[in-house]
Amino acid sequence: MTTPVPAIGQPLDRFDGAEKVRGLAPYAFEHPVEHPVYLFAVQSTIAVGRITAIDCSQASARPGVLAVLTHQNAPRLSTDNGELRTLQSDEVTFRGQIVGGVIAETSEIARDAAGLVRMDYEERPHNVDLRGEVPGHRERLKVPDEVLPIFPMDTSEGDVDAALASAAVRVDSRYSTPWYTHNALEPHTTIACWTGDGFTLRLSTQGVTGIQAAVAGAFRLDPSRVRVISPHVGGAFGSKVYPRADVVLAAMAARLVPGRPVKFALTRQQTFSQTGYRPPTFQRVRLGAGSDGRLVAIEHNAIEQTSKIRQFAEHSTRATPSMYAAPNRRTQQWVAELDVPTPTIMRAPGEASGMFALESAMDELAIACDLDPIELRIRNEPQVHPHFQLPFSSRNLVACLQEGARRFGWEPRDPTPRARRDGGWLIGTGVAAATYPVLRLPGSKATIRVGPDGRYLVLIAAVDIGTGTRTALTQVAADALQVDIEQVDLRLGDSTYPPAAEEGASAGITSWGAAIHEAADQLRQRLTTEHGGTVPADGLEVTADTPDNPYLKQYAMHSFGAQFAEVRVNERTGEIRVPRQLGVFACGRIVNPKTARSQLLGGMTWGLSMALHEQSVLDLRFGHVVNHDLAQYHISSNADVGAIEVHWIEEDDPYVNPMRTKGVGEIGIVGAAAAIANAVYHATGVRIRDLPITLDKLLPGDRPGSEVGG
Amino acid sequence: MSTEVEVTLRVDGTPHRLTVDVRTTLLDALRERLGNTSAKKGCDHGQCGACTVLLNGRRVNSCLALAVAHDGAEIVTAAGLALDGELHPMQRAFIRHDAFQCGYCTPGQIVSAVAMLAEAEAGWPSAVTMGEPAGVGSGGGDGPTVGTVTDDEVRERMSGNLCRCAAYANIVPAIQEVARR
Ligand code: FES
Ligand code: FES
Repeated sequence: MTTPVPAIGQPLDRFDGAEKVRGLAPYAFEHPVEHPVYLFAVQSTIAVGRITAIDCSQASARPGVLAVLTHQNAPRLSTDNGELRTLQSDEVTFRGQIVGGVIAETSEIARDAAGLVRMDYEERPHNVDLRGEVPGHRERLKVPDEVLPIFPMDTSEGDVDAALASAAVRVDSRYSTPWYTHNALEPHTTIACWTGDGFTLRLSTQGVTGIQAAVAGAFRLDPSRVRVISPHVGGAFGSKVYPRADVVLAAMAARLVPGRPVKFALTRQQTFSQTGYRPPTFQRVRLGAGSDGRLVAIEHNAIEQTSKIRQFAEHSTRATPSMYAAPNRRTQQWVAELDVPTPTIMRAPGEASGMFALESAMDELAIACDLDPIELRIRNEPQVHPHFQLPFSSRNLVACLQEGARRFGWEPRDPTPRARRDGGWLIGTGVAAATYPVLRLPGSKATIRVGPDGRYLVLIAAVDIGTGTRTALTQVAADALQVDIEQVDLRLGDSTYPPAAEEGASAGITSWGAAIHEAADQLRQRLTTEHGGTVPADGLEVTADTPDNPYLKQYAMHSFGAQFAEVRVNERTGEIRVPRQLGVFACGRIVNPKTARSQLLGGMTWGLSMALHEQSVLDLRFGHVVNHDLAQYHISSNADVGAIEVHWIEEDDPYVNPMRTKGVGEIGIVGAAAAIANAVYHATGVRIRDLPITLDKLLPGDRPGSEVGG
Repeated sequence: MSTEVEVTLRVDGTPHRLTVDVRTTLLDALRERLGNTSAKKGCDHGQCGACTVLLNGRRVNSCLALAVAHDGAEIVTAAGLALDGELHPMQRAFIRHDAFQCGYCTPGQIVSAVAMLAEAEAGWPSAVTMGEPAGVGSGGGDGPTVGTVTDDEVRERMSGNLCRCAAYANIVPAIQEVARR
């Protein structure tokens, strides 16, 4: 038997490409169903208070309306997750909360009738203003629960205050990042059907297993009676990890019309209140260093918001203890509980916002020390993980910075602001570091079945949210089985397959791939020992869990990267353009160079969008996001994006997982906004610490600074 | 009060007689009444381009058109660009350049790109052609000489099609590969 060519490392086209370019790959809402009904949500028009009266008569009288759901007739659920307690009481906890739903024969009728449902409220005062919480209200802030147990929410080593007081050079800066909304291009959609003794839910989700458990629990069903299918997902970026009110409402509606599939799609506007967001942050970074730039102290604080119904915190200070050597370090984080929707995971949760602050501060320190920012980072490279005091399984930040500098043409660089210009455009360059931990989420199993025809069927309830999982995981399976990729069929996106952790935290390939590897190892072994290497006539099947990683206690595991950007700022108008971004990443072995490059490219473009464009604007009087659509919430469009180069350093890390991969979904965004902000400073001499960097902040005489901070 | 009307639409070469609500958009007529889900709904407000189809040969956001207003129209979706299973060169270029991730914007991008090249070929100007300062990439202001469009022209002319996966840096070379043929 010849050893097949390894599939890992091949730049294969996406397996679902031919379907996607024709629009034939089915997303949840597109599954053909007979006699569907349509559901439209009714949302609260107050932020805090109580529903005192409901009048459905007009809505119910509309021809084609089948039912109106409110808290008065909704089934009682069993859940302590505040996000899922939809229509369980008359209480309103944020503006736009789902307080009802109309089921009708067509989408037009449902939407029209939803507007006719009348609710009277007893309104109470609300507080949605994080900025107002920050100064002087420390006692109202809470230390959030741990997000990932291995990373303590607050860290402290040495004596930061004393070290800062005696440091030769100090930076003390406050930064803020706004409320970012995911805006996956496919809004959250569901087709829910009650089949008599259970649900079939087709929905756009990052984790069918998690949705199955949540819905089964809430409706007191055995999980086997809830089938969740997520065939193709039109982007998610964290917004489709946790189940929320939309799923519950669709399931409740399905109970009312047994046998009829209920189609429910959130409108774009509704996604702004229903699907979570990256919480806004106020951050403060204090750095103390010798005049040679060697850090003696790092302090990083962050304040963000959560809702009153469920706590969610981005761990914005998480990356800081992994980055630079300094004997004295402290990170602290607080949340304010406001009358707002609950935030959620969004691409690189924590690192994206936190590294904007830290890497901007490092740029400020480089200037204060009169050092090149790359040299500053090299001088502060730690020997071991500063917090865990463990060796890194691999750490190639310096290699990324040096390789990036060479490719970008960093040198020669006059650090003086406003030194380079081209006509009316000021030109600047900036750099920032990136990092993201290598994570393994618990709870995945994979089944592999080999038939006498020599074909392998791999089953796992993972999902492909556009990352290329289908393709990359098949490559992983082929190599684990040591067979040609043509012999492997991989099926995912269905809760009838073995359970899988959600797609998130750049942990998909690690978590699912490790389970597939384990199953493949066991299958190969059983074939040899029990069947003499020949597949028995009725085939052979093995199911295995994601094994624990024995090296987790011996090594710190992180990806690193370096982000470079060139900006042009129009001297007269303040217009900002980014003609060039370049990233070099060290993120382990690359399973599929083609799809991995796209993910990193996407992440870097998200960084551009975060730096320059995105911001959900809250109306403090009413408590809702006013720019709640794609015309007013600007995400990078084609014309905003210049040339983007993506490179990676070859890494072969035997400790992270059997595939030696580290994940590529998140790290592309990390540091990208800081690189752009640093380049804007270089171009203009104006340090923008409050994202997004809009042109008004660059015009003379109109430069709002950050007034508040940790 | 009856709000239903009958219309005829020719979709990807096949005529259909269907009943629609007067409020039914062309996009919903395709997706919910005819079961053709090639065009996607990203915003329903003409802000994202995911629903782009050719309507009588021109690219439009089908969520902004009411079906009742287009009785007898000829509509081509991305599925219709690949009739008989043979992918359109633009579709092949998108696959080769990995010019998408989740694929939700992709049918709209592809229909838009095909129409956009025809518009440029026909000499229709864009903001870049008109000499707006570009700042990004290869610079504008020279206008399309027949058969070529600059990268900045492509970026400008494709900016009605958002891609949240942010495949833009692959979309531009994919389109250019087709444009240069
Ligand atoms: S769905 Fe039509 S433009 Fe967005
Ligand atoms: S490929 Fe996902 S939105 Fe474009």
